[in-house]
Amino acid sequence: MTEHSTPDAGGTAPDRFPDEVVARLEQDAKELISRYPKERSALLPLLHLVQAEEGHVSRAGMRFCADQLGITLAEVNAVATFYTMYRRRPGGDYQVGVCTNTLCAVMGGDEIFATLKEHLGVGNAETTEDGRVTLEHVECNAACDFAPVVMVNWEFFDNQTPESATQLVDDLRLGKDVAPTRGPSSLCTWKQASRVLAGFDDGRGGEGVQAAAPSLAGLKLARQRGWTAPDPANLPAPNQGEEEAK
Amino acid sequence: MTTLTPILSEHWDRPDSFTLDGYRATGGYAALRKALAMEPDAIVDAVKQSGLRGRGGAGFPTGMKWGFLPPDNPNPRYLVVNADESEPGTCKDIPLMLANPHALVEGVAIASYAIKSSQAFIYVRGEVVHVIRRLRRAVAEAYDAGLLGTNILGTGFDLDVVVHAGAGAYICGEETALLDSLEGYRGQPRLKPPFPAVAGLYASPTVVNNVESIASVPSIVANGAEWFTSMGTEKSAGFGFFSLSGHVSNPGQYEAPLGVTLRELLDMAGGVRPGHRLKFWTPGGSSTPIFTDEHLDTPLDFESVGAAGSMLGTRALQIFDETTCVVRAVGRWIAFYAHESCGKCTPCREGNFWMVQVLDRLENGQGTEEDLDKLLDICDNLLGRSFCALGDGATSPVTSSIKYFRQEYIDHVEKGGCPFDHSRATLWGDRPTSTTTERGGNQ
Repeated sequence: MTEHSTPDAGGTAPDRFPDEVVARLEQDAKELISRYPKERSALLPLLHLVQAEEGHVSRAGMRFCADQLGITLAEVNAVATFYTMYRRRPGGDYQVGVCTNTLCAVMGGDEIFATLKEHLGVGNAETTEDGRVTLEHVECNAACDFAPVVMVNWEFFDNQTPESATQLVDDLRLGKDVAPTRGPSSLCTWKQASRVLAGFDDGRGGEGVQAAAPSLAGLKLARQRGWTAPDPANLPAPNQGEEEAK
Repeated sequence: MTTLTPILSEHWDRPDSFTLDGYRATGGYAALRKALAMEPDAIVDAVKQSGLRGRGGAGFPTGMKWGFLPPDNPNPRYLVVNADESEPGTCKDIPLMLANPHALVEGVAIASYAIKSSQAFIYVRGEVVHVIRRLRRAVAEAYDAGLLGTNILGTGFDLDVVVHAGAGAYICGEETALLDSLEGYRGQPRLKPPFPAVAGLYASPTVVNNVESIASVPSIVANGAEWFTSMGTEKSAGFGFFSLSGHVSNPGQYEAPLGVTLRELLDMAGGVRPGHRLKFWTPGGSSTPIFTDEHLDTPLDFESVGAAGSMLGTRALQIFDETTCVVRAVGRWIAFYAHESCGKCTPCREGNFWMVQVLDRLENGQGTEEDLDKLLDICDNLLGRSFCALGDGATSPVTSSIKYFRQEYIDHVEKGGCPFDHSRATLWGDRPTSTTTERGGNQ
């Protein structure tokens, strides 16, 4: 188990990216900033960008953002520390997030989280010694009809059990190919996912299913029973109740 | 009897439903062509006449929101789509954007034209990477096909659309916090007025609408306001997603006219899981007061749910059966609100913090009956006392659960612990041996 400290607080981490990194990222930063009417709007994307570079948002990363936008390090720090998706310290290649909000917790998310903690020998927001997996519990991820839900690098792993989640983290640690239930045909790393979040397409939007069973539950039933929306060319007479009353 | 009305979800069983070709093959972008031949104000009028009310929870009339933009303000106008779906229990916009992103893109184009905006943003929560890929892919396809960008369909209308990823903050689903976040700041709510229509993004006139609201606009333009009002009730017109989750046989998305009841929906979804009975449920996410089996026949429209003491919210129907401990459920929700409170307003920041402490000790059997009065007192000091509705929402599960399940709290006190076996509530809790068989399937 790796106990997280705040490496940048000790003053050992570099204050700035090396020149070649700055030169490369500046091109990306210009592209992101150009998408917005006001450049500061690019701050969240820029923070995702520096996270894609290092796996977390370091002091050097924040300095880069500040320099690109002409704002202070304190202004960047205030934003970076507000949003939970920015890691403030290094983590694993795969962030395994177990939903423990009420619905998922009740459906078994608590058992999954407890099982993974014990299996991996780590606590919340801690990383396995091999640097592969960071475990954490997450809040509702808008997939309640697939509960209990586990997210890996913010891709959906639906309808999990303690056994399936254990298998999942074992596969991740062994470097086996793992595919989300609803997502691309294979998982990308944390850094690659961060680059997508920054706003750079990885060309994988066409991969994976369009919908899974619960998303189609109502449609399937409607097809079975012949239910459709009203036909706009043949609407029922309006105010039928009133007519009848007359 | 109410029947389902698949509209936005009508073609989700096509494997190519998320592509431009798939969307066009089922009539997609015909509404945009029709809209661009209309006067912008005529579209605003049509949406007003449809009675479409915001599908993000608050239910404010969409067309009226559009009509609030001041005509004489010289600043650019913006359309911002709130795709920050994060309310516990709410799970409709994410599958919509995954399966049918072009319905949203077409809606964005029509709405922007109607409000005379040439710049739109879709603010998506960051924790859904593949949804962001899908949306960006759809936007890129639309640009390539001349459906976005300059001189759209040769009409002279220009529109740029940016898909913007958030970074993990429930509060950014609140529209003014979202705007601050989109401007590159901490997502903290603004004092209203001024409302975004007057001073929104970059202090310019701005419309903020939910994904489902905007995605519903093409169908209204294509089929007319009368078609829309032929569904739903007089004051809650049209259709919407009802998202069933939890202890139900077939959880998922059910697109139905507003006014459908939980009894009807549960019947469609195969009922509460076999051998169990309904205990409590949320009509519209964790911020809406819970209901019980007394409310099975309450029409799920804005007025009826309100009259019964809750809110329609996002139609996020989280179903809990008798194996669920209500104290545990509420405690977990309040831990969420405490975590997500942005800290700007003292009642919300402090109130939620202290409610977590009280609910923890109650759940662990270390509380007292007076703790219930303490909780209600905190709620009294929280409700209506902050800039936004996050703190208000937090009081909903607390006050409603004490109203319906006071004795269950007292049982925890008297027993000195939780009387429930939590393992019985799990997805695999009813299975005799193996725990690895799947439910529902995912492919």
